[in-house]
Amino acid sequence: MDAPLRRQVRATVSSAKPYLRIEGVGRDFGLFTALRDVDIGVAKGEFLCLLGPSGCGKTTLLRTIAGLDVPTRGEIFQDGKLITDLPPSQRDFGIVFQSYALFPNLTVAANVGYGLRGKAWPKARAAARVTELLELVGLPTLAQRYPAQISGGQQQRVALARALANEPGLLLLDEPLSALDAIVRLHLRSELRALQRRLGVTTVMVTHDQEEALSLADRVAVMDRGRVMQIGTPQEIYERPANAFVASFVGRSASFPASASAGGLLLAGGRRLPAFAATALPDGMPVRAFIRPEDVAFGEGAASLPAELRGIEFLGSVCRLDLDAGGLPLQAEMTPHALCGLAIGAMLSVTLPPEKLMVFPLDG
Amino acid sequence: MRLGLAMAGLLLAVGLVMPLAVLLARAFQGPNGEFIGLAYFVTYASTPALLRSAWNSLWTGALTTAIVLPIAFTFAYGITRSRLPGRGLFRAVMLIPILAPSLLPALSLIYLFGNQGLFRFMLPADGSIYGPAGIVVAQCIYTFPHAAIILSVALGMADARLFEAAETLKASRFRIFLDVTLPAARYGLVSATVVVFTLAVTDFGIPKVIGGQFPVLATDVYKQVIGQQNFSMGAVVAIVLLLPALFSFFAERWAQRRQSASISGRAVLYRAKPRAARDMPLLLICLAVAAVLLGMVGMAGWGSLIRFWPYNMTLTLSNYDFARFDSDGWGSLQTSAAMGAWTALIGTPLVFVVAYLLERGARPGALSGFVRVAAIAPLAVPGLVLGLAYILFFNHPANPFGFIYGTMAILVLNCVIHFYTVAHLTAVTAIRQLDPEFEAVGASLRVPRWRTFLRVTVPISLPAILDIAVYLFVNAMTTVSAVVFLYGSGSKPASVAVVQMDEAGQVAAAAAMACVILAITATVKLAQLGVSLSLGRGWRPA
Repeated sequence: MDAPLRRQVRATVSSAKPYLRIEGVGRDFGLFTALRDVDIGVAKGEFLCLLGPSGCGKTTLLRTIAGLDVPTRGEIFQDGKLITDLPPSQRDFGIVFQSYALFPNLTVAANVGYGLRGKAWPKARAAARVTELLELVGLPTLAQRYPAQISGGQQQRVALARALANEPGLLLLDEPLSALDAIVRLHLRSELRALQRRLGVTTVMVTHDQEEALSLADRVAVMDRGRVMQIGTPQEIYERPANAFVASFVGRSASFPASASAGGLLLAGGRRLPAFAATALPDGMPVRAFIRPEDVAFGEGAASLPAELRGIEFLGSVCRLDLDAGGLPLQAEMTPHALCGLAIGAMLSVTLPPEKLMVFPLDG
Repeated sequence: MRLGLAMAGLLLAVGLVMPLAVLLARAFQGPNGEFIGLAYFVTYASTPALLRSAWNSLWTGALTTAIVLPIAFTFAYGITRSRLPGRGLFRAVMLIPILAPSLLPALSLIYLFGNQGLFRFMLPADGSIYGPAGIVVAQCIYTFPHAAIILSVALGMADARLFEAAETLKASRFRIFLDVTLPAARYGLVSATVVVFTLAVTDFGIPKVIGGQFPVLATDVYKQVIGQQNFSMGAVVAIVLLLPALFSFFAERWAQRRQSASISGRAVLYRAKPRAARDMPLLLICLAVAAVLLGMVGMAGWGSLIRFWPYNMTLTLSNYDFARFDSDGWGSLQTSAAMGAWTALIGTPLVFVVAYLLERGARPGALSGFVRVAAIAPLAVPGLVLGLAYILFFNHPANPFGFIYGTMAILVLNCVIHFYTVAHLTAVTAIRQLDPEFEAVGASLRVPRWRTFLRVTVPISLPAILDIAVYLFVNAMTTVSAVVFLYGSGSKPASVAVVQMDEAGQVAAAAAMACVILAITATVKLAQLGVSLSLGRGWRPA
């Protein structure tokens, strides 16, 4: 089963029987509302990312799931049990913080085994579990080191092992990769995904990095100003954004104002553009239209526009072009090979495919 | 957790708030407890002698501040912003006066410039070290380490990138000093000014020993209470003494609020490059200061070994046979050591746990608000004022806690409260440096909070905890002002014995006992250095 298909299957399962259910959760800090009416269900074994700009409420939401913060309104259920008012110590989760919060005075092994105590964990069993966990995260030789003596990526893995030690039903990750440098981050990202799939632990991760969210998650919840703007698989979020915020926040796009008119768009200069997404909108409604760089096509055609090349950004495998199509600011992509010979100021013909234009009513 | 805070609140109420309230009330009461309004204040304002001592306190305090601050700044600049040799040694020498009772420099001055002093001939014939001159000089030495510590902390944290930026913009050295160095140290300067002035105005030991006939507020309180048994007038003078301290306290808080964080997490620590034109003069100044500080201790030490100054200069240990001079003999040193040890043993866990509860876990509310304020307030209460408040509160016939009056318990309670604030701030700083998510991680792993506190918070904070313990011990060993009202028969601290022996004309014995106190505190301080070097070796990053 290929990855996209599997994701879709998981997505359908998720709506059937959520393991974690967040219902109408809101959180006020004085006059400031950090969360409003958040409804999310997470299926057993699913990997959900909370994605949004800083201050959107994603960390607050994660903290209410962990019991570190109490919601002002709404309820949270885990495995069918109401947990809204339970303190963290009576819930069933493991957590990895952005800082990792490793105990600096304890060895790696003692950190990982920190929660393995009491009757259920006699010394020998706890030690065996620690060894098993360190092997799981690929650090079997570092057991006796202290956190200050290992690298950032290794610290992150120790924090993950510690969070998984008690076999929690729910794994919470608060920007776990953002403190790492780019190469380690990419590497750990794929490791994290493989590990989560292997263990099948239900996971909620907070991130502001959309690439991270799209590549890791089964589903992504895009948040803005305390609201969930859209929940869906990475493809749904990218290809069919539900509103202008998601369209502009996720992926790159150029946008311009227009009004709906006879199944298409009426632009400021009086020009018309066919757009399928505008067909259902009443005539004259002010809208904002978005088009992704990779969707802008080159070449003469019935609806093609003349565009002037304003700038070229070399990105390796592709070049991103800044275009000005009679007042429309557009971005497009072209291979460096195809670009050969074009210079700033050159005139190109571009087409905005009507099925690719994303159109949203203003203030929607 | 609420219970712990409630206990702390109760302790601070009994040990600080209620005694101060009784002191305030007493200022409005006649000899038989009847309400007489502002009568005593009117008497105070119309007694020229009393007003003169207020003025005396004010100007000697201001003069001390004006002298100490530039010297301490230069010294701190030398040990933080230059490459002069022996900076670590200078740092150690700088601390010496803090380890000794404030009386020690005063006693040394008597040996040097007193009526029989070595250098008496250098003073004008009609001049005398007894009086404002001696007070100011002794207080300069006594307050110097406080200013130097604050300023070396303020100057010690500098962002090298700012200096590099200024240099690339071709700013002159003087301009860099004005635009980069001084603004970063501004808060330190305000803070040092306030601390030096408050210490100078509220200190009791120095004017007692070297003040002669020159009256100041601190000796007035003592005279009213011990000499004339006039508690109400004592209370009025104590309230007057509280004013400059309160003013300083709020001035410092105000300055602190205006201080923005000057060092960000990404800062690169500044290290001075060697430059002879700067380092040589600084070295000379630092050497001179160190010579004065060491000379003061050396003088007291030497004086204590002399049989009968200045007539028989042979050396002897007989001045250390304290039983000849004071009925308690070496017993008062035992009392002081026990008092210091109890203050550290009780105060350290109390301060640290309360700071932890306030920082990690207390829901905002009336109780935590009260404890927060009460933890900071002792800084604004001079020792004499607190001591007098304790007499009035605990000696009151209706007080159920009255039985502790005159015992070791009241001395320890007084010391814990008197030195609470600095210890509290040290604990708060240490706790704030810990990752705020430690408790959350512990809770998610279903480990009880107290266990995470004992296994993680305390071990990581051990250097700060040790700091607090030594601070409490050293201050309890050296304090005079608060305990002078509170000791009973058999519980006389050594620092008070020093005052009494000096009063009785036994200067050599007083110096000897001050030296023993210094030897004990210095030993403890050195032991602390040794222990903190070995603490957490292994897990602490180098």
